[in-house]
Amino acid sequence: MTETVRPSVFLERRSYRLRRLMDALRVLPVAGLMLWMFPLFWPIEASEDVPLRSLSEAVIYVFVIWFLLIAAGAILWFALDGRSAVPRARAEPDDD
Amino acid sequence: MATLNVLVGVSLIYVAFLFAVAFAAERSAARGRGSWLRSPLVYTLSLSIYCTAWTFYGAVGYAARSGLEFVTIYLGPSLVMIGWWWGLRKLVRIGRTQRITSVADLISSRYGKSNVLAIVVTVMAVIGVTPYIALQLQSVTTSISIFAGPSHGEDAFNQIGSGLWVAFGLALFTLLFGTRSLNANERHYGVVIAIACEAIVKLIALLAVGVFVVWGLGGGVQETLARIDNSEIGTLQLDRSRWMALTFLSGAAFLCLPRMFQVLVVENDNERQLHIASWAFPIYLMLMSLFVVPIAVMGLDLLPEGSNPDLFVLTVPLAEGREGLAILSFLGGFSSATSMVIVATLALATMVSNHVVMPIWLSTQGEGATVSGDVRSVVILARRASILGIIGLGFFYYRFSGGGAALAAIGLISFVGVAQFLPAMLGGMFWRGATRVGALAGLLCGFSVWVFCLLLPSFGPDVLLSASVFDRGLWGLSWLRPHALFGTAGMDPTVHAFVWSITLNTAALVVGSLMSFPTPLERLQGAQFANVFDRSGETRAWHSSVATSEDLMIMTQRILGADEALQLFRAEAREQGVDGELPDPSPGFLLRLERELAASVGAATAHAMIGQLAGGSNVSVEDLMAVADESAQILEYSNRLEAKSAELARTARQLREANEKLTALSVQKDAFLGQISHELRTPMTSIRSFSEILRDTDGLTAAEKTRYASIIHGEAIRLTRLLDDLLDLSVLENGQVSLNIEQGNLSELLDKAIVTTEAGGKKGLDIQRRRLDEVVQITTDLDRLGQVFINLITNAQKYCDAAAPKLVIQVVDEGPNLAVAFTDNGTPIPQSARTVIFEKFSRINDKDGSGAGLGLSICREIMSRLGGDISYHPVSDGNCFVVHLPPAEAMAAQ
Repeated sequence: MTETVRPSVFLERRSYRLRRLMDALRVLPVAGLMLWMFPLFWPIEASEDVPLRSLSEAVIYVFVIWFLLIAAGAILWFALDGRSAVPRARAEPDDD
Repeated sequence: MATLNVLVGVSLIYVAFLFAVAFAAERSAARGRGSWLRSPLVYTLSLSIYCTAWTFYGAVGYAARSGLEFVTIYLGPSLVMIGWWWGLRKLVRIGRTQRITSVADLISSRYGKSNVLAIVVTVMAVIGVTPYIALQLQSVTTSISIFAGPSHGEDAFNQIGSGLWVAFGLALFTLLFGTRSLNANERHYGVVIAIACEAIVKLIALLAVGVFVVWGLGGGVQETLARIDNSEIGTLQLDRSRWMALTFLSGAAFLCLPRMFQVLVVENDNERQLHIASWAFPIYLMLMSLFVVPIAVMGLDLLPEGSNPDLFVLTVPLAEGREGLAILSFLGGFSSATSMVIVATLALATMVSNHVVMPIWLSTQGEGATVSGDVRSVVILARRASILGIIGLGFFYYRFSGGGAALAAIGLISFVGVAQFLPAMLGGMFWRGATRVGALAGLLCGFSVWVFCLLLPSFGPDVLLSASVFDRGLWGLSWLRPHALFGTAGMDPTVHAFVWSITLNTAALVVGSLMSFPTPLERLQGAQFANVFDRSGETRAWHSSVATSEDLMIMTQRILGADEALQLFRAEAREQGVDGELPDPSPGFLLRLERELAASVGAATAHAMIGQLAGGSNVSVEDLMAVADESAQILEYSNRLEAKSAELARTARQLREANEKLTALSVQKDAFLGQISHELRTPMTSIRSFSEILRDTDGLTAAEKTRYASIIHGEAIRLTRLLDDLLDLSVLENGQVSLNIEQGNLSELLDKAIVTTEAGGKKGLDIQRRRLDEVVQITTDLDRLGQVFINLITNAQKYCDAAAPKLVIQVVDEGPNLAVAFTDNGTPIPQSARTVIFEKFSRINDKDGSGAGLGLSICREIMSRLGGDISYHPVSDGNCFVVHLPPAEAMAAQ
């Protein structure tokens, strides 16, 4: 009597792309965290081969990543929003 | 002084503008034209209350002191927003489905609607956020004092007095727009739109100062970058532990700060807002921090040694004579401070009134929710009092702490304090096993570590903590030093406190949860929260055995107001298809009602109030079924199926038996019809032949005539008897018999029956009786009863095949009734035939074929007419028929 509908293993092309977009959305903060934590590996003590990073370099590094993350997030959102009705449907207020 | 007057004038105009905007928004929303108020842009801008005066002024100061580290305060929230899919999405969904009103409400609701947890979280939030509010007041007054100018001295400008005015204005705004609608879950459009305006003002102000610094003073991007590298903070001095810890800390605080929770979750209207804010808000943060480093470097370059770097945003334009820009910058800082104070106060006041004031008020009322009077006014009063109390608390903190400490320090301390909510929040959202005990242990543990390691030491040695505690640890235990817990000396104090408090908090949550057992309600809520995307539907059902719609209506009116309550009930009645205005208190309705009330007074209070009316807030077995895995439900379902199928099998067996009986009866009937035709035919044949002989044969002797006539007569009698029997049975069966009730003696009746049978039949049956028992007076139809006895004795005469046939007649005392047993010593009736012996036409063992098989049927019919019964009992060497005499007619012998 209780039939559990097993989701099929393979998805059609459209939903497959959609899922991969969602995956990209999930990966984004992880990538951002790793990139922003990268300055931890920069030298603290100046040595002859490796000079200390200047503040301007660091500022540019942080802001470029910031910009790229925002751009990626926005592009992914537009792609998801335009591609499928699914996120839109989820976006609808579903108050009971 | 002229500048100061201009400043005050501009500020007043700005404040008036904010009031007007808020009023306009409220009016527009009330007229139903407020859809633009719910746009993702407004939502994104309202999130900007994250950027307080601490970040507006303090970020530059922070950069001037520690270089790039200030940016971590923005990196954490950016990551949280960009990673909305992981956590925020769920948080917002839970907030909407459970009608959450605050952080305290979220945690209390998740852990079984526990009010203890709500109170703990509320107290922690108040302690953690009040210094932060004080900080905002301080920043406003300090920035005003900059315009007053150092030449006028302390007398010209009363900092404390202006702080009081600012606090008063903020309280007024919050009272006006924060408590208009009681339902905390409704959007505070006025507040939100004012915050959005302030967000734009502070962004423009900071960008304007930044553009002025880079292009006006610095001479372009390249030159500014070179200036940055040549400044005293020019090389990157990264404190690695702080870089990492502060990023995490700011991300955690972004989720946990009561004011952020208010705008992120409570004011959220639909999830699309969140989707867009996920990348739009990081843009805002990026822009807010874009010019921080250039301004800091320029301030360090231009201003004299020793000037407060926290005020560079103001002092750099002032030093360059740009008073207009400075005033814009002041408005930016003013906006940052006021918007934070308004929302933080609103969020805290909701928590205090819902979780502290209301429960206390309800418990002092004794009868709880059922007393008359308007709770609504009490809730609003409680919320207003809380707002005044919290702003007052902030003011007094500012007044007595005296200001002075670096702005950023208080901000970080506050962050670490509220970050203690994170383990309980995330644990509740993602781990169904987290329990109330665990959450309470974690919160208290993390909070104590925070107080001991960060809050108390922040006042300095020998103020609240003695210097000896700093050096030698609490009670002289060296592993209990506030800056070196468990011997971890050498860590940055903030990082130290953050790492230890969160670690111990999480550990206590996990251990406490593993060791305790949740209540049913906790388990239900846990499943609801953790699986919010699977089943956003019903929680647990109320069983409205006690609640009446009238009671519910009265209670709802007192909380939501008469009109809203009436609308709610009417809509529900329409949905239920009930006439009139009062819907049935169905479990589904009670659940919806509880959510509505929860939006006004918090989940725990609403639960308690409905519980009082609906009777017993206990969780029923059905609810537990919902918690249990689906397998349990399937099991129960299959059990039910099994029971049904067993029932079906039973019915089928009964049907089969009935069918067998019917078939047997049908076979018997056919056999009987054949038999009876034969029975009728035999006498008829002899009657016909003998009557033909009498008619046609001449010269018969008288003796012959007599013989033939006798034969005809005998056959006619036999036919008559057969037809009599059939008629008798049909009369009895149709219930047309009329009984002739009279009194007689059982013994005499038996005598008569025996005489009758002996007269008509063969002799040789040995009848044994106990006459003493038979002396009983009975009142019944004696002729009919005698007929039964005669039938039974005749049967014994006919069918008893023993060598010495014997019949024992016994009167048996069956309690109130009497029974007469006729036991013979013939061959017992075979098992297969026993079920049909009382049926019509059933003939067993009929050797001479003289019986019609109606005798026992007639007996049974007679006995049932008389109100008694006849039954067959097999005995080892014979048969026993028991005649149960009717109860009323059997009377004790005299």
